Amino acid sequence: MKATLLLEDGRVFRGSGHGFEGEAVGEVVFNTSMSGYQEILTDPSYAGQIVTMTYPLIGNTGVNTEDVESRRPFLEAFVVRRMSPHPSNWRMTEPLGDYLERNRIPAIADIDTRALVRHIRTKGAMRAVLSLIDDDLESLSAKVSGSPEMVGRDLAGAVTAKEAYEAPTDAVEFIEFANLDAGKTRFRVVAYDFGIKTNILRDLVHCGADVRVVPASTSAADVLDLNPDGIFLSNGPGDPEAVDYAVGNIRKLIGSKPVFGICLGHQIMALALGGRTFKLKYGHHGGNHPVMNVDTGRVEITAQNHGFAVDPDSLDDEEVRITHINLNDQTIEGIEHRRLPAFSVQYHPEASPGPHDSYYLFEKFFRLMRDA
Amino acid sequence: MPKREDISKILIIGSGPIVIGQACEFDYSGTQACKALREEGYEIVLVNSNPATVMTDPEVADRTYLEPLTFEFVSQVIDREKPDALLPTVGGQTALNLAVELAEGGVLEKNNVEMIGAKLMSVKVAEDRLLFKEAMKEIGLATPESAVAENMRDAERVIERIGFPAVIRPSFTLGGSGGGIAYNSEEYLEIVARGLDLSPVHQVLVEQSVLGWKEFELEVMRDVRDNVVIICSIENFDPMGVHTGDSITVAPAQTLTDREYQRMRDAAVAVIRKVGVETGGSNIQFAVNPENGELVVIEMNPRVSRSSALASKATGFPIAKIAAKLAVGYTLDEIPNDITRKTPASFEPMLDYVVVKIPKWAFEKFREAEPLLGTQMKSVGEVMAIGRTFKEALLKGIRSLETGKDPGSEFIDPERVRYHLVTPNPDRLPNLLYALSNGMDVEEITRITGMDPWFINELAEIAALARELGSGTLGGLSPDKLLEAKRCGFSDDRLAGLLGSDASAVSDRRRELGIRPVYKRVDTCAAEFESFTPYFYSTYEEEDEAAPTDRRKIIILGSGPNRIGQGIEFDYCCCHASFALKEAGFETIMLNCNPETVSTDYDTSDRLYFEPLTLEDVLHVVEVEKPEGVIVQFGGQTPLNLALELQSAGVPIIGTSPQSIDLAEDRKRFGRLLSDLGIPQPPNGTAVTSEQARAAAEEIGYPVLVRPSYVLGGRAMVIVYDDRALDDYMKEAVEVSRKRPILIDRFLEDAMEIDVDALCDSERVVIGGIMQHIEEAGIHSGDSSCVLPAERLSDNSRDTIRRHTRDLAKDLDVVGLMNVQFAVQDEIVYVLEVNPRASRTVPFVSKATGVPLAKVAARLMIGEPLSSFDLPEELEIFHYFVKSPVFPFARFPGVDTILGPEMKSTGEVMGIDDTFGKAFIKAQISAGTILPRSGMAFLSVNEHDKRFLAEIGSALRDMDFKILATSGTADMLRNAGIETESVFKVNEGRPNIEDRIRSGDVDLVVNTPLGRESHFDEKAIRRAAMQYRIPCITTISGAQAAVNGIRDLQRESLTVRTLQEYHAEMKTARARS
Ligand SMILES: Nc1ncnc2c1ncn2[C@@H]1O[C@H](COP(=O)(O)OP(=O)(O)O)[C@@H](O)[C@H]1O
Ligand SMILES: Nc1ncnc2c1ncn2[C@@H]1O[C@H](COP(=O)(O)OP(=O)(O)O)[C@@H](O)[C@H]1O
Ligand SMILES: [Mg+2]
Ligand SMILES: [Mg+2]
Repeated sequence: MKATLLLEDGRVFRGSGHGFEGEAVGEVVFNTSMSGYQEILTDPSYAGQIVTMTYPLIGNTGVNTEDVESRRPFLEAFVVRRMSPHPSNWRMTEPLGDYLERNRIPAIADIDTRALVRHIRTKGAMRAVLSLIDDDLESLSAKVSGSPEMVGRDLAGAVTAKEAYEAPTDAVEFIEFANLDAGKTRFRVVAYDFGIKTNILRDLVHCGADVRVVPASTSAADVLDLNPDGIFLSNGPGDPEAVDYAVGNIRKLIGSKPVFGICLGHQIMALALGGRTFKLKYGHHGGNHPVMNVDTGRVEITAQNHGFAVDPDSLDDEEVRITHINLNDQTIEGIEHRRLPAFSVQYHPEASPGPHDSYYLFEKFFRLMRDA
Repeated sequence: MPKREDISKILIIGSGPIVIGQACEFDYSGTQACKALREEGYEIVLVNSNPATVMTDPEVADRTYLEPLTFEFVSQVIDREKPDALLPTVGGQTALNLAVELAEGGVLEKNNVEMIGAKLMSVKVAEDRLLFKEAMKEIGLATPESAVAENMRDAERVIERIGFPAVIRPSFTLGGSGGGIAYNSEEYLEIVARGLDLSPVHQVLVEQSVLGWKEFELEVMRDVRDNVVIICSIENFDPMGVHTGDSITVAPAQTLTDREYQRMRDAAVAVIRKVGVETGGSNIQFAVNPENGELVVIEMNPRVSRSSALASKATGFPIAKIAAKLAVGYTLDEIPNDITRKTPASFEPMLDYVVVKIPKWAFEKFREAEPLLGTQMKSVGEVMAIGRTFKEALLKGIRSLETGKDPGSEFIDPERVRYHLVTPNPDRLPNLLYALSNGMDVEEITRITGMDPWFINELAEIAALARELGSGTLGGLSPDKLLEAKRCGFSDDRLAGLLGSDASAVSDRRRELGIRPVYKRVDTCAAEFESFTPYFYSTYEEEDEAAPTDRRKIIILGSGPNRIGQGIEFDYCCCHASFALKEAGFETIMLNCNPETVSTDYDTSDRLYFEPLTLEDVLHVVEVEKPEGVIVQFGGQTPLNLALELQSAGVPIIGTSPQSIDLAEDRKRFGRLLSDLGIPQPPNGTAVTSEQARAAAEEIGYPVLVRPSYVLGGRAMVIVYDDRALDDYMKEAVEVSRKRPILIDRFLEDAMEIDVDALCDSERVVIGGIMQHIEEAGIHSGDSSCVLPAERLSDNSRDTIRRHTRDLAKDLDVVGLMNVQFAVQDEIVYVLEVNPRASRTVPFVSKATGVPLAKVAARLMIGEPLSSFDLPEELEIFHYFVKSPVFPFARFPGVDTILGPEMKSTGEVMGIDDTFGKAFIKAQISAGTILPRSGMAFLSVNEHDKRFLAEIGSALRDMDFKILATSGTADMLRNAGIETESVFKVNEGRPNIEDRIRSGDVDLVVNTPLGRESHFDEKAIRRAAMQYRIPCITTISGAQAAVNGIRDLQRESLTVRTLQEYHAEMKTARARS
């Protein structure tokens, strides 16, 4: 089967088609993680995006039932150099291609993904169409221009849970060597779901929380009615400025209870504190970004997945303090309110996929709840 | 944290001679460390006995000691230099062990030297297997269960708990020898008994086996702020049970999910913290149970290693360089990533390609040793290949190996395929491909090899494509299929073989279709950031990133994988050529496939192509770069073998013309040239068949020396005394070199061998050095010790040698370097061979004379005349310089340690002093032979050597040695008035000589080979001597040199001096004369 990937600026890649025999539009981005494609596929933050894996051999370990970050894949389409036809791993239950097909995700393989990545790096992330059923450039081009721009797009609203639910407490624990003081006392956490990854819930539960996951649009009053010890703001897809309803709610909540935000949750927190966000040229997607913890002077290797960032000049220095900085491009990676118990990071301490260096942030959240 | 200001002088210990398990990766890491620290303004003192390294170039460190790497000598260096700190982590196990000795011996404390990089305690925890296991237990990490046994009773008790199979490791044996894997109690008791016997402390470690588990390595770095990063993950294609150095390895890990990988990463971080390596790099090995993901830690190396060199080349992250900077206090985030410039070193490299390393073995040189792989490393070199897929990288790797056989044409015995799969051995890969092409299924192979099905399936795809291609023809091949084959990694050569065509036809067809490779960059970041370092690999993709410049440029072809006969010396020369041409304003481009080397450091040349050294791959680079010249003279035989074909493809070869090179290799034409010049040559002939060989031998007269043409390192070269042996040889020789004839020479007995390196610009000749071999002709030049200046050469012969050298250089129109080997017999000077290229001795001569011969040669090749270098007709020598070889015999059980015309040594050392004796002793010590000052000497020499017996015996007696000999020799000594004790031969009764050696009675063995009858006896003696580390000299000339040295040793003690001091003294002396 043949597949065509057409970018907004006219660049075309033709390769072999895998997964779902259909087509999809989205913003094409790249992820540099060498492992963890299954977690990436099921990360809701990729909604609206076509994800290119820079590592060329994808699917080597197939797909299993455990390494999932949500109920299904959320990205629009998948781009790889080679789709491994013969996976091998003791936990494997299904080859990647079959999984994609079953979940209606079209994929393209055997293209020069490095050329694509370099193109995105120089031209910026842009819209594209991937089709296994149409190879006519004119009609494909129309499909691209008809697709929505990422800026201004509220995707959190699209991926969030429709109903509140209690996070399962039997979550598997993966962090084996981090020296955890897993909590004895239970705390009640309300987690805003903007596209939450399951591993965040696993980590919260493991640290000693009973977690109520609520839809993105849940009002501040409804949250406070649940009488939580802390409030968590999840990761998620799309433009943070488009999630204005949540920004308003969070503004009301900051100060009332300890608040911890990750990724989109971080951006929403910054907006709620009066900041602004902007779109990065091609974002940060990978598992190797060095982040400096300003307080300790230490470097964490972090998992990242975001296309927008908080504008440092927009933050009120009297109120908000920058706690983490990306050492590659000096963008903001973490902030903290100077007086109130609220902090957030742009990257993913829950990893999955990625290194576990920043797990301490969960412990910090629990300390805030304990001390509150 | 900024760099430390409280230290200013740092001592770096190198790794000494190249041995199996410790090769030029430590020249790479050491050179990087020296450069990095000097850049920071530190004064660097270096000790390393290996002259063939770039790191011992006088410019690399401030003060360079080419002295033995022993406690005594390094203590002297410390005493003399008073360094503030010692960096022990860039010189392999040698440096680490030495540092521990120095620390425990109080030398560091007494001189106020701080160990940086790794502290004593960390080194001990990492190196002591029991302490390490204990430490792992404390952080909750599993290691294979183990116990120590000190006698057979212990052993029997221990095995109850450990179970079979069990891994047995004798403590403190040379190169870990004597260990093994036992599958049943019979084997177990046998291995333990042997191990207890071999271990100087009579101790073995018995470990639960995790045979067949997946083996992984992580390269970890840590800084003083406790920032930890993983530079690279490496997965072994061969499962546990085959040493990682002997495994095909792949980076990054291929068969781990992120969850499993992160768990390993967490474990690695925990390990480095627990062991307490404060700064720098470490290598941590893991095993994973393929059934359930269970993870165990195997070992940690708290230093840079072979794997870290590989990881550096595989990722573009220079581990040794960064480790050095971390050792002086920098943190990772303070060090920029050279490649991206804008991002810091505190990150984890991301690859967008696959790297495959394949080892290269030398079992053919050690015929008595069974070619089996196990827990002890046996390979002598390796290649690395980069591709966008595993298949592409693997096939590129295979063709980088230069096996001399076309891939797919290896001899495979169908009856033995299963054996070759089950039992790890050097030919496992071709057998795997064969099995897959012949219908054995993946599951079955996985089961019997323990290899991950993912790898086997990849091989199956290669095999299937090969089979498909093999059923067609070039004409019938569709463009798509051809592209698919190229993307899969098949070379034109291999395709030609499959399609029944020839490589040039495949290449033409490809070009017609526009199918050619592109070059992608190794950039540490999978293209996330712009890269500023032109480090490339080829692949068949859409976009090319080569972006060649329009500068004046030269391509230097490297020497490929290390092997016996072609090693680090050639890499040294290639690097020097690059340095020299850079200085001359050229852009230099290196092409090589050996990950251990300095040449494949992206810092060495302006541009680096990590590519196989085959005609196809070289031509592609030439087409992209369009260089002004290509240099084939420095990389040993590898590029030389390509010279003619490159030239006929229109490639501008600079330096000596390929025609001259060819002429020197061509027996007939070269013979004619010699007779035209009136230069004697041993009578010789050539033969393709046994009949021709017999006829030639008859005419020449026995003994004769026979060998195939066009090989380096005297491969398959033997001395033949009669027709029968000749026939045997001819039968076998056909396998080694099918197309080319066998060369037959009169063997010159008792001749003195001389090596000459010279420079020539086609008009003028400068003689670099005339080296006299210690051993007589017949012992390969690479295996013989040699001395500069040639102390035993008569003035007459010396003049003749000079004249012949000059005549030859001019007649061959040499531009660059030339090496001539002479044999002097009864004052007649014969030419044995001429190599119009850089030789193994170039670095040695350069260091002895202070003139960088390879650099000058490179400049000659771009057209500069010799006159612009202000060099005398012959470089003068002012001290004694001795080069001694180092052998890998201990790694090959059952192999005799006897020397001959086939090269066996893996490395070399250099001893320098004011007298020959002292220089020789130093070289011997560096090579691991500590000659005794007194004690008991055992003498046993052949008929031929008996005439020297009295001389040696009386010299030893005069130095107060007691003499021991077997009956015949003893009689003769007594007749000469030398008091001698008799001892039984091995089969005469007991206690025999072997028992005496084993009881520690003997301090020196002189044993020249007696011939076939006593073969067993002698071999036992030599093996026993090796095992008990008693100097064992196998030639009379060697014995004479040793006697000479012992005499000097008794008279005065040995002192140390830097190379820079020697060179300065030389300059003064030169100015005076
Ligand atoms: N317990 C074991 N069971 C099976 N194989 C082992 C075991 N321990 C080590 N090995 C094998 O032996 C090799 C060498 O062992 P290692 O501990 O790494 O020693 P070295 O210091 O020589 O590298 C390993 O690479 C691995 O393949
Ligand atoms: N005719 C000969 N008589 C005695 N020894 C010889 C003769 N030819 C070669 N040799 C010995 O064999 C060794 C290897 O031969 P050489 O021609 O140098 O091969 P290589 O190309 O491997 O260096 C020499 O170093 C020398 O000791
Ligand atoms: Mg090891
Ligand atoms: Mg030779």
